[in-house]
Amino acid sequence: MSHYTLDARNSLCPMPVIKTQNKVVELLNGDTLEVTCTDPGALSDIPAWCRINGHTIKESYEKGDEVIILIQVNA
Amino acid sequence: MPTQKKAVALISGGLDSLLAARLMIDQGIHVEGINFYTGFCVEGHTHAIRKKDKDKPKRNNALWSAEQLGIKLHIIDIIEEYKDVLINPKHGYGANMNPCLDCKIFMVGKAKQWMDENGFDFIITGEVMGQRPMSQRKDLLPVVVRESGADDRLLRPLCAKNLAATLPEREGWVNREELKNFSGRNRKPQMALAAEFGFEDYATPAGGCCFLTDKNYSDKLVDLWQARNKKDYELDDIMLLKVGRHLRPKPHYKLIVSREDGENKFLQGYKKQFSTIEIKSHNGPLTLVDGELSDEDFQFASRIAARFSQGRTAESVTVKITSKNGDEKLIDIPPLPVSEIKQEWYV
Repeated sequence: MSHYTLDARNSLCPMPVIKTQNKVVELLNGDTLEVTCTDPGALSDIPAWCRINGHTIKESYEKGDEVIILIQVNA
Repeated sequence: MPTQKKAVALISGGLDSLLAARLMIDQGIHVEGINFYTGFCVEGHTHAIRKKDKDKPKRNNALWSAEQLGIKLHIIDIIEEYKDVLINPKHGYGANMNPCLDCKIFMVGKAKQWMDENGFDFIITGEVMGQRPMSQRKDLLPVVVRESGADDRLLRPLCAKNLAATLPEREGWVNREELKNFSGRNRKPQMALAAEFGFEDYATPAGGCCFLTDKNYSDKLVDLWQARNKKDYELDDIMLLKVGRHLRPKPHYKLIVSREDGENKFLQGYKKQFSTIEIKSHNGPLTLVDGELSDEDFQFASRIAARFSQGRTAESVTVKITSKNGDEKLIDIPPLPVSEIKQEWYV
């Protein structure tokens, strides 16, 4: 199991979702991915994408102008 | 036991695609959704840039639809490929810069490609015959079938009974009798079906799902192409057309003036790509400058920007001009009187 990061700052939804989706495809079961966004919409969209695709949100929060979402991949 | 058939559903986030997918799920079909992002989709959160929208719930309706249906959704970035659809539409534009028929053909064609690559059996859309003037006219529905390459693997569950039976119907993968015969612009049948399925709070976008159907947006796109003397764009170009006031005081430059804090913040992200004008002595907008300007032009542009600041009635306003290479200059200028802002400058 490995930890990865994804910089999805300065892109508007759905691009952070698309970037997350394209990265998750490359990961293995149990890997974690920390996504950093600046579009507050990501706070609802990425968890929604994870729910419908069976991945787990371990943590999500706002930090200043950024949104951080930690995903556990269930491949 | 027969193998469960698999359909890929074009999910826009609107009611029709939601209903079409649900009708298939109810017939035991394995459905997965596909949603294409062109850069012009209203579905994005671009509308939430403005602070005034901050209290509205933020959600992507395509994801919401998939969650209601309990299906997977694949969101595909087609920004680059879509340029050719918009710039050279074989079937032309609609009332504005919307190439609806070419767009539908392209998307169904992409869905066909996805279907083949992923071992699915057919494609479903939420199209309703006669609902939209360009892409859903009765005489044009076969054009989508033919030119997309989907042929009789394209099933439109909401109006299938008005059309010839497709392969999934002929082969008995789906029961044609349980499909619908909706037609025209009346939305009541869809609303009744939504109520039957228990769908509430579904999206009802007033202007459709694409910015290209919007006249103001289309005017800005045409202006961009005219000013550059070529029909081309990057994602940033089309994002910026959704934000701020756009004024073209002279043919060789345009000003993008933020309207409030949310837009100010968004435009900050473009400071390395554009020269900017910031009001320093008063509260005011950030202005991006698109074009090559002389000192005299910058002075005049600064007076326009100052008109939109809280110093609009002051005798003098201090502004900071920052060039793309980072050079900064402070100047004091009198804001341009409102009466001298010409209506024709607004793009």
